[in-house]
Amino acid sequence: MDNTKEPTSATPATEWPLWEIFVRSRAGLDHKHCGSLHAADPKMAIQLARDVYTRRQEGSSIWVVRSDQIVASDPGDKGMYFDPMEDKVYRHPTFYQLPDAVDHM
Amino acid sequence: MQSSIRLERDPAVQYLLRIGDTCLILGQRLAEWCGHAPILEEDIALTNMALDLVGQARALLTHAGRIEGQGHDEDHLAFLRDERDYFNVTMVELPRGDFAFTVLRNVMVATLLKLLWERLADSSDAELAAIAGKAVKEARYHQQHAADWVVRLGDGTAESRRRTESALKQLWLYTAEWFESDPVDEQAQANGLGPRWADLREPWQAEMAAILDDATLATPADSAFRSTGKSGLHSEHMGFILTTMQHLQRSFPGGVW
Repeated sequence: MDNTKEPTSATPATEWPLWEIFVRSRAGLDHKHCGSLHAADPKMAIQLARDVYTRRQEGSSIWVVRSDQIVASDPGDKGMYFDPMEDKVYRHPTFYQLPDAVDHM
Repeated sequence: MQSSIRLERDPAVQYLLRIGDTCLILGQRLAEWCGHAPILEEDIALTNMALDLVGQARALLTHAGRIEGQGHDEDHLAFLRDERDYFNVTMVELPRGDFAFTVLRNVMVATLLKLLWERLADSSDAELAAIAGKAVKEARYHQQHAADWVVRLGDGTAESRRRTESALKQLWLYTAEWFESDPVDEQAQANGLGPRWADLREPWQAEMAAILDDATLATPADSAFRSTGKSGLHSEHMGFILTTMQHLQRSFPGGVW
């Protein structure tokens, strides 16, 4: 077998784009990411999301976003992005004296 | 071995079973796609629809059994009737064919059922009206989902178009039966149980014409062929599908999960 050939950069026509699926369970709540699926276009993505992710009454609204349209932070930046917050406990509102009447904050 | 039940040939019962059996048999056919659909997501979509249809069949068979008054429940009616006591339209018993055949049949039947449920929501029979109110939402989605596929395949590649056209030619022959009036229909219309199916012909053809037009497919010409499933006379495929459906209940009478 010839393994020296470069893989072609073009997406094969048989591969549908990937979509990220967000479902809102009830009015007033946020859309939550629940998974992804392949579909040819937005209309099909919405329908298939309905069939795959809301068949147990999970949803009242669906968003779909093409996965390649999502810009993500670089995992290599994790150290400088997130580690400095480790010792900044004062950013949590846990140092206030609450009146006794206020329970369960 | 469980012997067959004898069905009272009551027109109201037969009217309900035409719809209920159409749902039941198409549900069984769609279930055959489980594990075989072209993509995983569509596999789930088709089996969702199969379960919707079986759910509609359960409600209608239960209700038909009550009206019949012989103590038959949904399981008796689903699994213990002889072939000629099933009144589904012939189209739904045809083998599942390829994916084009399946989605085209789905859109034809879903359009019919949607129009039926919309009218049955005003039935003089309160139980039937309630079943229809729930089922119409399912049928609307079935129609939309299948119609989208028909448009994609009809207006798709040369191969998908060829298959869709071939399915259309075969399936269209089996629609004529749906809109033929008979005493069962006339009585349902007269006592407010439900519409004459003949009255659905025009809206059905209009909705189908719009979908086929989107799919760049021509509506086939009418033919003299008439299938007769609604009267209990079925194609050669019916016996086989009933054998698959009934064998468990016949071999282990009253068996449950």
